[in-house]
Amino acid sequence: MQTQSAIVKKKELIPGQTTLLEIHAPHIAAKAQPGNFIIVRVSETGERIPLTIADADKARGTITIVFLVLGKTTALLNTLKEGDSILDLCGPLGKPTCIEPGGTVICVGGGTGIAAMHHIAKGHWRVGNKVAAIIGARTKNLLLFYDELSQFVHEMFVSTNDGSFGHKGLVTELLRNKLETDPTVSEVVAVGPVPMMKAVSLVTKPFGVKTTVSLNSIMIDGIGMCGACRVTVNGETRFTCVDGPEFDGHAVDFDELNARLATFKPMEKESMESYCKCAHHEKKD
Amino acid sequence: MKKKTNAQRVPMPCRDPKERTQNFLEVALGYDAAQATAEASRCLQCKRPHCVLGCPVEVDIPAFIAAIADGDLQAAYRIIKSTNSLPAVCGRVCPQENQCEGRCILKAKGQPVAIGRLERFVADMMLDGKNACGWISDTGSCKLINPELAVACIGSGPASLTAAGYLAARGFKVTVFEALHEPGGVLTYGIPEFRLPKAIVHKEVESLQALSVDFAVNWVGGKTVTVEDLFNKGFKAVFIGVGAGLPHFLGIPGENIAGVLSANEYLTRINLGRAFDFPNHDTPVCPGKNVAVFGGGNVAMDAARTALRMGAQSVRIVYRRTMQELPARREEVEHALEEGVTMELLSAPLAFTADSTGKLRSVRLQRMRMGEPDASGRSRPIPIEGAYTDLMTDLAIIAVGTRPNPVLLGNTPGLTLDDNGYIKIDEKTGETSIPGVYAGGDIVAGAATVIEAMGAGRRAARSIALKLLGKTT
Repeated sequence: MQTQSAIVKKKELIPGQTTLLEIHAPHIAAKAQPGNFIIVRVSETGERIPLTIADADKARGTITIVFLVLGKTTALLNTLKEGDSILDLCGPLGKPTCIEPGGTVICVGGGTGIAAMHHIAKGHWRVGNKVAAIIGARTKNLLLFYDELSQFVHEMFVSTNDGSFGHKGLVTELLRNKLETDPTVSEVVAVGPVPMMKAVSLVTKPFGVKTTVSLNSIMIDGIGMCGACRVTVNGETRFTCVDGPEFDGHAVDFDELNARLATFKPMEKESMESYCKCAHHEKKD
Repeated sequence: MKKKTNAQRVPMPCRDPKERTQNFLEVALGYDAAQATAEASRCLQCKRPHCVLGCPVEVDIPAFIAAIADGDLQAAYRIIKSTNSLPAVCGRVCPQENQCEGRCILKAKGQPVAIGRLERFVADMMLDGKNACGWISDTGSCKLINPELAVACIGSGPASLTAAGYLAARGFKVTVFEALHEPGGVLTYGIPEFRLPKAIVHKEVESLQALSVDFAVNWVGGKTVTVEDLFNKGFKAVFIGVGAGLPHFLGIPGENIAGVLSANEYLTRINLGRAFDFPNHDTPVCPGKNVAVFGGGNVAMDAARTALRMGAQSVRIVYRRTMQELPARREEVEHALEEGVTMELLSAPLAFTADSTGKLRSVRLQRMRMGEPDASGRSRPIPIEGAYTDLMTDLAIIAVGTRPNPVLLGNTPGLTLDDNGYIKIDEKTGETSIPGVYAGGDIVAGAATVIEAMGAGRRAARSIALKLLGKTT
């Protein structure tokens, strides 16, 4: 029953910044559904962090994660190579995305959220839903998962801040346009940075369209034990790990979520700085 | 044996309160041989011992104490181990004053025999030499493990460890599934190092591994593996010991301000994540200068004493009732007070307030008084109208209990729950509404004690053995 979680494929999508890992973890792949996440711990002194499952291949027994190198844990994760094992890998956690046939679903993604959203888009596409994807990045080179995503969508809209690819501007502008012209839209799903999910929810509200957001709260156990991930939804406290990670975007208190995400900022910085110093020294030695 | 009823109870040697708030070393140091012998000789060796009736796992207390008095520690250890699989843990964390010691005949004179301390003494003395099968097995000799008799335990806290130990000693092949990356359940993530050193927990786990018990960490019951999957994999019975669940919050304004957190979060960061050693360990925890802890149980005491060790200048326990009603183990309360924790009694929180940067600044407290006892004889705290006070705090830790965790329960069709959402079992056997599936500990009883969970694990294991072997051994 002991498990080795070996990395079978590593691809630096944006070198030094965003990485894709395909990990052999058949026990998790067998159960993983769109919307689920995992908890990873990379070293014996490491921290547990949640990462959304971007894809699962039951036949190969693998799951795929895409992460932004942001702090010490993701920096350590990015030092692993193909063939290396991840020390602790736990999941699939959280409630899966509610996927029901019928209607058009717009999937909005930003940053690494595009990879996580890709899994949800794939789920909708597989049950026969019409899927429109709206993805955005600062510039063309930072746009993730375009090719992967295009296999599972009927329409694809792209925005970049600098206009290097697709619409020059924000995903919310493309979204508003789509909602104004397509009356068949039954749901909007948004995965990405908190400000983006908040903006998407504000855009969809006047249209009265169901809006689902996937939250990236701070977590420790990921199984409901600690409440670090709590979020206010419709005025009630919910746990992202067991009640989510997906919630009604019109009911989430995004400002509170943002404040809670900043709780450990100074310590995250300290941890990263002490890691960088050590890594620097090791290199010199 | 001489009856020295007048001898004084031998005090437990402890680290100096000033020294101990500077580190996480164990506070209670344990008896030495002379102290243990002296304390053991106080036992009256009652013919109908009440102490045994107070023990959820029915340790033959007078017999093991007699063995200590005779200097035969091996015999004492065998006696304890024959019904209690985790004596080094129980000797440290059991609320003996409500259990064995609460029933001791000498309690009438105010000085019951220190049964818990004696249990710990025996366990600690024997723990290192415990690799031989005869020591680990509570049956005296080691059974060959029969791979056909596969039993799965979900969760690796005291209930599951006890069930695993009982079954493995009888030849069952046990696999324990743990959701976190380290086994031990509440013994690992919940109870702090200064009260229960993790080395003790590791030794208990190792002794089970020596009995061919497998530990599968990072396996979440109901997610990575369901109860149905386990039967499909060939397990003949399943024990559910997943423990207490989601922490309760207070349901008051400002509760999600950064700086307000559950005791589970605070303790898990520090005990499991070793946040006391940040940044050598990566898990951070909010630092707190003026800490307020809400609740009056052992978890509240653990959180308060931990906060002192994390460098807090002041730590207050805010509790709605008075010292008399504090549900925590007496020794924990005494230790907390000695170390400098102060009590804010007859006070209930109303709201948390943040400063202009969004950080926790204060909590408003409602002052209470105790009302007249109701029909059941219990008196309730009643708010005193207009009596409020603002307590300045930058770290608020909420320790007001837990509710059932939905992760396993929601993914196990056919499992009947009680009105409170905990698992319903047959009180005699520990079996749930699903045949072959047993449960025990906090997921059945709600938040209770380590020893009660162990009693439940033992009862279920006995039923499993009876069902699968057709007899008890």
